[in-house]
Amino acid sequence: MNRRKFLYRTLLTTAVVATSAGVLLTPKRVYAAWPKAAFDEKDLQGALKSVYGESKLFESTKVKLKAPDIAENGAIVPINVKTNLKNVESIMLFVEHNPQPLTSGYKLTSKAEPKIGTRIKMGKTSMVIAAVKSDGKIYSASKEVKVTIGGCGG
Amino acid sequence: MSTIKIRAKENSGSVTVKALIKHPMETGQRKNNKTGELIPAHYIQEVVATANGEKVITIYWGPAVSKNPYLTFSYAGSKGDKLEILWVDNKGNKDSNNITIK
Repeated sequence: MNRRKFLYRTLLTTAVVATSAGVLLTPKRVYAAWPKAAFDEKDLQGALKSVYGESKLFESTKVKLKAPDIAENGAIVPINVKTNLKNVESIMLFVEHNPQPLTSGYKLTSKAEPKIGTRIKMGKTSMVIAAVKSDGKIYSASKEVKVTIGGCGG
Repeated sequence: MSTIKIRAKENSGSVTVKALIKHPMETGQRKNNKTGELIPAHYIQEVVATANGEKVITIYWGPAVSKNPYLTFSYAGSKGDKLEILWVDNKGNKDSNNITIK
């Protein structure tokens, strides 16, 4: 190894070490991975493409989506998703007619069980879609949730 | 006091975690009734849960998650695990809390 190469490599290594250390130390590290483009998409097809690179979903009975038939308050719609599929990498929740269809995404490690629940906002009556990525394939379940506007809940 | 309330229960090797986070989850599409101005978006973007320092789940939230978000998930664990939950919002605010599984 000649001197020039040696210097170059040393510099390069230092640079790499410095950058990774910087990345590890900044608290913002965690949200660098936040998929902004996917959350910004305005329609379902676009959001699916942005998340998975394709917009084809396979409806599967192995994905269980629990959501109310009628949500009196669109600001709080409880959603539960579970599946008996193996090797689940992620669970994504979409609401077709929301201004931004992607509501939330759950990246599971091998320790986590494929079972999540949360509460989401819905602008109006829409299909709610839960997509589960397992062994590289995307399975989904969907359900229409009616949103009652106004306070009487009739 | 922490903004995160955590409850967890172990049942034959599986720990079910329920968490409630205090946060406005402002979408950026709502208007202030008096001034007519848009209220700027303010929402949690990422929630990370670790058990004994090992990552269990990473959650990405958009503005469509309800105010004071509720979250439940479960993982393979046992009594005595130290479970930590941490969130970061779009303004860079963050908070964390932890409990020991009983």
